[in-house]
Amino acid sequence: MSSTNTSLLNLMAPPKGWGSPKYADDGGSVISTNVDTVVNSLLNWGRANSVWFMLFGLACCAIELMQTGGPRSDMDRFGSAPRPSPRSSDLFIIAGTLTYKMALRVKRLYDQMSEPRYVISMGSCSNCGGLFQYAYSVCKGVDQIIPVDIYVPGCPPRPEALLEGLLKIQEKIKSEKFLQMRYGVSQSP
Amino acid sequence: MTPEAIYEKLKTDLGEEAVPELHPVSDKFRDAWIKVAPYEIERVCEYLKTTPDLSFDYLECITGVDYPDDQNIVVIYHVYSYTARHRIVLKVFLDREDPAMPSVVNVWSTANWQERECYDLLGVLFEGHPDLRRLLLPDDWEGHPLRKDFEEKEEYHGIPTVRPNPIELFKIQIPPK
Repeated sequence: MSSTNTSLLNLMAPPKGWGSPKYADDGGSVISTNVDTVVNSLLNWGRANSVWFMLFGLACCAIELMQTGGPRSDMDRFGSAPRPSPRSSDLFIIAGTLTYKMALRVKRLYDQMSEPRYVISMGSCSNCGGLFQYAYSVCKGVDQIIPVDIYVPGCPPRPEALLEGLLKIQEKIKSEKFLQMRYGVSQSP
Repeated sequence: MTPEAIYEKLKTDLGEEAVPELHPVSDKFRDAWIKVAPYEIERVCEYLKTTPDLSFDYLECITGVDYPDDQNIVVIYHVYSYTARHRIVLKVFLDREDPAMPSVVNVWSTANWQERECYDLLGVLFEGHPDLRRLLLPDDWEGHPLRKDFEEKEEYHGIPTVRPNPIELFKIQIPPK
């Protein structure tokens, strides 16, 4: 019935006041640097190869989005499958002209997605308003309502261009520290 | 039937007050059109639809045009007959300050959404319409954008309606060729 002060774990702990909150791979943490790197790369490998996107099209870019999912430039070979619900998707591809009426819905769909979430703005219209820059009813760029990770230029972009956008998202996912993002700052004991 | 024959028939049966004038075909690409008094439009349309040798059974399109110089809003009906295979164009001239006219939903039910669109974009009030709401724009939109004096707002629900020009924003100098 000894107190926790004399436990073996506590003897191994660094002296009091030595450890202030810090990231796991800064040393002095339960997760040592190597473990952290290995676990992160494993998690990121899994995440980057299962980027499920929301099946959501707005205008003619959606035709090109369907073509990207087709057999010739198969999006599925990168592990990216369409999902019918924002709750179960990681990637939001804004494919097409975004009107103000739809912008409020897009904002709501984005809020319904669970983190970590990524956004590709596909085509000129969702990048900046594009051809409809001076129209009264068209939102001048989707980045005015939600944060965007990758902009794919084109009107509409070819399937190869959209695939490159997906690969950029994968690169971005692989460069993240998922453990630290998910669990935040690790406390030293 | 030719537009002249249709107009003569309308004028003899409905009177000249209902259909004041006919503009015949002026060149190859323009349809002849008949000017109709606003509060006679439903009677004229009912006549066009039910008279056997006219039998206009299809309302192709309702459009509106704003003419601020003449202080007019013109509502244009393209009507076609599948059985007799002829077409006529009706124009109704409305006051720009108070554009109101009867609805023709009771004649052709396809006029429902077309009149809603016309109300949405130009603000023409169709009296007797069963459900006169906006068709395309959001319900809380202010103004009617196809009017020539429409001015865009600064923002819509916090979304700015302008995007800065990147060339001016980053002071990009385009070198002369």
